[in-house]
Amino acid sequence: MPRSRKRPPGVDSKLLIKDAAKLLPEPSRRLFLRGAANLGALAVLSGCDIVDGETSDSALRVISTFNDRVQALLFNPNTLAPEYPESAITRPFPFNAYYSQDEAPDVDSDQWQLEIGGLVDNKKPWTLPELYKLPEVSQITRHVCVEGWSAIGSWQGVKLSDFLKLIGADTTAKYVWFQCAEGYSNTIDMPTALHPQTQLTLKFDHQILPRAYGFPMKIRIPTKLGFKNPKYVTAMWVQNNNAGGYWENQGYNWFSGL
Amino acid sequence: MTIEATVGPPLAPRTTAGLVIHPRWVRVTHWINALAMLMMIGSGWQIYDASPLFGFVFPRQLALGNWLAGALLWHFAAMWLLMVNGVAYIALGILTGRFRNKLFPVYPRDVFHDLFAALRGRLSHDDLSVYNAVQKVLYLGILLTGVVIVLSGLSIWKPVQFHALTSFFGGYNTARYVHFAAMTAIVAFLVVHVTLAVLVPKSLRAMIVGR
Repeated sequence: MPRSRKRPPGVDSKLLIKDAAKLLPEPSRRLFLRGAANLGALAVLSGCDIVDGETSDSALRVISTFNDRVQALLFNPNTLAPEYPESAITRPFPFNAYYSQDEAPDVDSDQWQLEIGGLVDNKKPWTLPELYKLPEVSQITRHVCVEGWSAIGSWQGVKLSDFLKLIGADTTAKYVWFQCAEGYSNTIDMPTALHPQTQLTLKFDHQILPRAYGFPMKIRIPTKLGFKNPKYVTAMWVQNNNAGGYWENQGYNWFSGL
Repeated sequence: MTIEATVGPPLAPRTTAGLVIHPRWVRVTHWINALAMLMMIGSGWQIYDASPLFGFVFPRQLALGNWLAGALLWHFAAMWLLMVNGVAYIALGILTGRFRNKLFPVYPRDVFHDLFAALRGRLSHDDLSVYNAVQKVLYLGILLTGVVIVLSGLSIWKPVQFHALTSFFGGYNTARYVHFAAMTAIVAFLVVHVTLAVLVPKSLRAMIVGR
């Protein structure tokens, strides 16, 4: 599967990666303990490898994979995320990323196109005017961040399940993978991709999606944590292998359903 | 092994010697719960620090998991230990009649009486197999808090799939405060519980060896 993509103008990827690395708390694989202060925790999962923590780390990841399966079972494709009135919208809706707002990708809409790949009949890339012409759906839902805070936003765009049908995607495939302008990526399960509220989002509060919220396109998934809602999307692939994602590869739970 | 209890005269005052105060299942579930609680609280503090509800954070030295991702992995691993053990404990507590025998009845008058006696240092701990009224209230309270912390936790974890439960706790944001308040109550209980166990060491011994 090709991972290369057009570099959006105005984004120095080296600089971005350097800045992102600075913000990362620790080398990602060291999720474990700080010192031996947590007496109780030591005995259970770590076995003999208490000082190093690698064993704990992999045991915790095994449980996290188990939790992926439990969440897939808990996920009801017909259960809708609660919707809110306009008055409940959080203003200003927060910008959130692992980089600052002025480092966010500044995508040139004339150059941009949505690349389509994988198990799809029609792989023709989509331009922004073409996407704007598709039937629009709208939702006012709660965005829940993995950190705990939440905010209510208003999103408009194309129902992803309709779009997948339109391009002749194999919806028996297991995953949909998204690539983003700044190098972010994310894989979601097909049942979530087909959920009635999962959206190719082109607008926020009925205005063209601003740069801060992912111009020109984000994926809005109100049944998943915020980091599973990729912004600045440039490519979408339907596939059977789980390609993980930017944060998942550093230890966040993959399914992260709400 | 002692045979005192079996040869004692039938009408003699009840003695703890030789009698099992805490059956094995109580001791096993108690210590598994203690471990699960420490893991849940330690990782929960780290998760709290990522988006504090109040104007303070917990010191990272006390928190479990190196950063948010690690803390979340711990939290959602230890939750299984807490839940499976908790369900086993509550089921056995009901089925064996232990809850009914040990925790009920509890009358407000006795609670006040025993509370004042305790504060004056005049509460008897001769028979560890019988709980005084203050103990009954505290143990019932912590059982209820345990139920609240698990349910409020589930409502934060799955505010879409369990949205009815989340609404019951006043919505996603309020449920976070409920979850935090339950944690605070458990930590407060722990402080009192551990202090008293240290002041009455034979109670700690009973929870380890059973008598």
